[in-house]
Amino acid sequence: MSSVPYPAEFAVTLLRDMLRIRRMEERAAELYGEGRIRGFLHLYIGEEAVATGALHALEAGDAVVATYREHGHALLWGVPMDAIMAEMYGRLEGCCHGRGGSMHLFDAATRFLGGNAIVAGGLPLAVGLALAERMQGGRRVTACFFGDGAMAEGAAAESLNLAALWRLPVLFCCENNLYAMGTALSRAQAQTDLAAKAAAFGVPARAVDGMDVVAVHQATRLAAKQVRAGHGPVFLEYQTYRFRAHSMFDPELYRDKAEVESWRQRDPIKGYAARLIADGLLDASGVAALEAEAASEVEAAVACAEAGSLEPVESLLTDVYTPERQP
Amino acid sequence: MSRTSYREALREAMREALARDPRVFLMGEDVGRYGGTFAVSKGLVDEFGEQRVRDTPLSELAFVGAGIGAALGGMRPIVEVMTVNFCLLALDQLMNTAATLRHMSGGQFSVPLVVRMTTGAGRQLAAQHSHSLEGWLAHIPGLKILAPATLEDARGMLWPALEDPDPVLLFEQGALYNVEGELDETEVVGIRSARVRRAGSDLTLIAYGGTLAKALEAAEQLAGEGISAEVIDLRVLRPLDDATIMESVRRTRRALVVDEGWRSGSLAAEIIARIVEQAFFDLDAPPARVCSAEVPTPYAKHLEDAALPQVPAIVAAARGLLGR
Repeated sequence: MSSVPYPAEFAVTLLRDMLRIRRMEERAAELYGEGRIRGFLHLYIGEEAVATGALHALEAGDAVVATYREHGHALLWGVPMDAIMAEMYGRLEGCCHGRGGSMHLFDAATRFLGGNAIVAGGLPLAVGLALAERMQGGRRVTACFFGDGAMAEGAAAESLNLAALWRLPVLFCCENNLYAMGTALSRAQAQTDLAAKAAAFGVPARAVDGMDVVAVHQATRLAAKQVRAGHGPVFLEYQTYRFRAHSMFDPELYRDKAEVESWRQRDPIKGYAARLIADGLLDASGVAALEAEAASEVEAAVACAEAGSLEPVESLLTDVYTPERQP
Repeated sequence: MSRTSYREALREAMREALARDPRVFLMGEDVGRYGGTFAVSKGLVDEFGEQRVRDTPLSELAFVGAGIGAALGGMRPIVEVMTVNFCLLALDQLMNTAATLRHMSGGQFSVPLVVRMTTGAGRQLAAQHSHSLEGWLAHIPGLKILAPATLEDARGMLWPALEDPDPVLLFEQGALYNVEGELDETEVVGIRSARVRRAGSDLTLIAYGGTLAKALEAAEQLAGEGISAEVIDLRVLRPLDDATIMESVRRTRRALVVDEGWRSGSLAAEIIARIVEQAFFDLDAPPARVCSAEVPTPYAKHLEDAALPQVPAIVAAARGLLGR
């Protein structure tokens, strides 16, 4: 186990943020069981090192495009937990006033563009955001998260090609958790080396241990730097694993309990906490304090959602189109 | 007035937009060096450069989606899709992203995107280049659908479409590109309403795009028989301008819709439903429609002609409405 190459404050921040995601989602799962949250709910539990390491490697002003498993990305990119929880509750106080729900979190202020529940649907969007940035002479990066399943979609092939062809500032962040819903990567794609697949489109690509927040952060920082410098897109394959079911309706018939258990042994939070303690950057009481912090943030978010109001039905039709400006 | 063609009018509209607003750019298959599949964008790449007139790979899904992203990123893209049949490859982005984003995000984002595409038959391009699917797209809340049928609309609809904060799809009827005439530069072209193209009192013919000229020709023939047909050019297929339609139908008491789409589940069906809902007690006859035959558009000229709404069928249906 290598030592953590960061000053204590940042090193601890990475753990804090992984914990915030984990505890928020564990609570969301309970609330789902209680019927407080409905629809589809896709948990990121097990994959927290990816969003945490990657998003901390970006700069404010960069755009983030994510998937339907995006609670963690939204949270770390600046959407308050209150607004996320209220959104899952379908409340007016939610980041999209309850219109989007778990799968469609958006935040214009921080340039968080979803929350996209069409697999690979975010990639063309990210290419366009990067094109606009390039045409306007900006230096902001567009980071686009998607799963291994997306790599089977035409949208991914087309988008990788277009971004490479036009040398656009897109950071392709492939969260390879080995399953597209219930279909194993090896049962769906002939080329299971996703970095190699991306490289075939002329996009520089590398695979990263997605269970190691430090590895994710360092690889992403380097990649983002390259993208920001105008050298075109970069593709990172974060090798990770989803500990929980695909969604709340999944009996998990497609994978062995032993396989899940072996990945759980590599829990990104437990492993990283142990490293911080070993490096003397944190002690047991420090971990307990982070846990307490996360727990209180979650409970405040739940309270906010519970107390939230409902969008009046009268405004059902608003914002199908942009309201006309008053002369 | 100046002499021009539908194609040149469309090109002039793009030239004006590119010159007027640095955020505007054009992208699509062969829009640059090739000069546009139907030569609509010919010469624009020489004038504005490859950054603003961008040839794309054959990736409709990605470049339509990229248009959405670029619009969100502060640009004003004009995306050209070669034909409406090809836009099916991009339907996911049009439907699931462009049309939903504003509402789904609680009003946080607008998508000021313009997509131009060719629609319709009449050029013997057979069953994968000839359909009129604008009625499908007009089903989708969140999109605005335009169908320029005149030189003035070909010249004038693009700029207001670009100024519109929401996604606008502009359908150009392929058979119109070579149509020439005098462009009335004084006509103020908006993108909100239908227009009465010919006044009449005995019945209302409702047409758009490629069927407008046929409806006008039918009206001329009917005039020779002493039947006064009013002709409405829908122009905007979503949102439909109910007021103009109902005002006319209440007055003429008879309505005939001419639609190049297939009959079942068509735009014509929607318009007739609205007439029945809103003007039923003003009608003297059941509303009627002339649509395309429900077949994939065939190649052979005589079969293609037979599949499309034609003037004799319009005239016959009109006579039928008047019991003649």
